[in-house]
Amino acid sequence: MNDSQGILWEVFIQSKPGQPHKHAGSVHAHDNEMALQNARDLYCRRNEGTNLWVVPASAIVASSPEDIGPFFEPSNDKVYRHPTFYTVPEGITHM
Amino acid sequence: MNSLKLDENQLIENFEAKLAKNEMIEPKDWMPEQYRKHLIRQISQHAHSEIIGMQPEGNWITRAPSMRRKMVLLAKVQDEAGHGLYLYSAAESMGISREEMLYQLHTGAAKYSSIFNYPTLTWADMGAIGWLVDGAAIMNQVMLQRTSYGPYSRAMVRICKEESFHQRQGYEIMTVLAAGTPAQKEMAQDALNRWWWPSLMMFGPRDEESPNSAQAIKWKIKRETNDQLRQRFVNQTVPQVEKIGLIVPDKDIKWNDAKNGYDFGEINWDEFWTVVKGNGPCNKTRIAAKIKSHEEGAWVREAANAHAAKINKNKAA
Ligand SMILES: [Fe+2]
Ligand SMILES: [Fe+2]
Ligand SMILES: [Fe+2]
Repeated sequence: MNDSQGILWEVFIQSKPGQPHKHAGSVHAHDNEMALQNARDLYCRRNEGTNLWVVPASAIVASSPEDIGPFFEPSNDKVYRHPTFYTVPEGITHM
Repeated sequence: MNSLKLDENQLIENFEAKLAKNEMIEPKDWMPEQYRKHLIRQISQHAHSEIIGMQPEGNWITRAPSMRRKMVLLAKVQDEAGHGLYLYSAAESMGISREEMLYQLHTGAAKYSSIFNYPTLTWADMGAIGWLVDGAAIMNQVMLQRTSYGPYSRAMVRICKEESFHQRQGYEIMTVLAAGTPAQKEMAQDALNRWWWPSLMMFGPRDEESPNSAQAIKWKIKRETNDQLRQRFVNQTVPQVEKIGLIVPDKDIKWNDAKNGYDFGEINWDEFWTVVKGNGPCNKTRIAAKIKSHEEGAWVREAANAHAAKINKNKAA
């Protein structure tokens, strides 16, 4: 079994110019160029995109699911970051 | 030791609470070992089915009766390759490698859908496959869009979008043949006769013979049982058969008002198990063809590997 299917890459597609890239799935490939071509063949057979990113899966740093509480905690008690925290006089618009 | 055990109970509780709220399980989430095993088996089998499924249809690409039919069939078979790759990736997210899955397929340790162990004898078989085989697969895949494992669910959403033309192109082939010369109509009927029962078998054993099914439903991997899906497929397909003037090859087919569905005859379960156990008409040739193409492609992978190594070396220098 010393056969190799290449390394795993994560694929991100921009569906239209101006839109953010969104994760579509993964592909196997041996190098950058092949990764882009495989991603195009696999995820863009129906005009799904105008731009592609491929990233070696091993290069992605992710937070872990157990962090769901503490890691994101610091933002929970900062209601003053939201506009609804503030009172403005009656009748004021465009703000 | 005791505290470890408690931990495990807590983890199971959290896992089941998530399922109860219909939240998805993601690759890095804790999951019971049996859940992981069940899904690796199911997803890799599904992937293998897409890949082996290219053979019976690929067989007719060069003999398609028109340029239009040829382009369509080529695009469909290409989609099936894509489906296989989406699914392999979903399975890999559970910790099995692509190489390991291929090894299991080639050595017979892993199974794939038995339907692809039947031969494609005439052009009408391309119609019957798209219509019935993809139709039955879609019924299952629509349900699986709501499966509890995130990567599997997302692969299914993408696949279902692409499947929608597969069934239509098959039914179109059958419609045209059924309205053609007597010989063409006979060819269509013959294909229907051969593919009808194997298509019903695609939903798997009857519920009471399917011990894994209950667990899969409890874990929300499946949302409906084999028999429920099979019944829905029959209800949906019988009117489609009648519409184009063909005959369902089952003398027991009869509308049943009380259950608001069709009654239908008994599947030949001996045949079902014979094919599952590897003794169908094409089991050996399908795997032999898969191994052959894998081996003949080895030099490409080796060259790609060598090329990548060279690039990396130049970068380092
Ligand atoms: Fe399929
Ligand atoms: Fe498919
Ligand atoms: Fe399909």
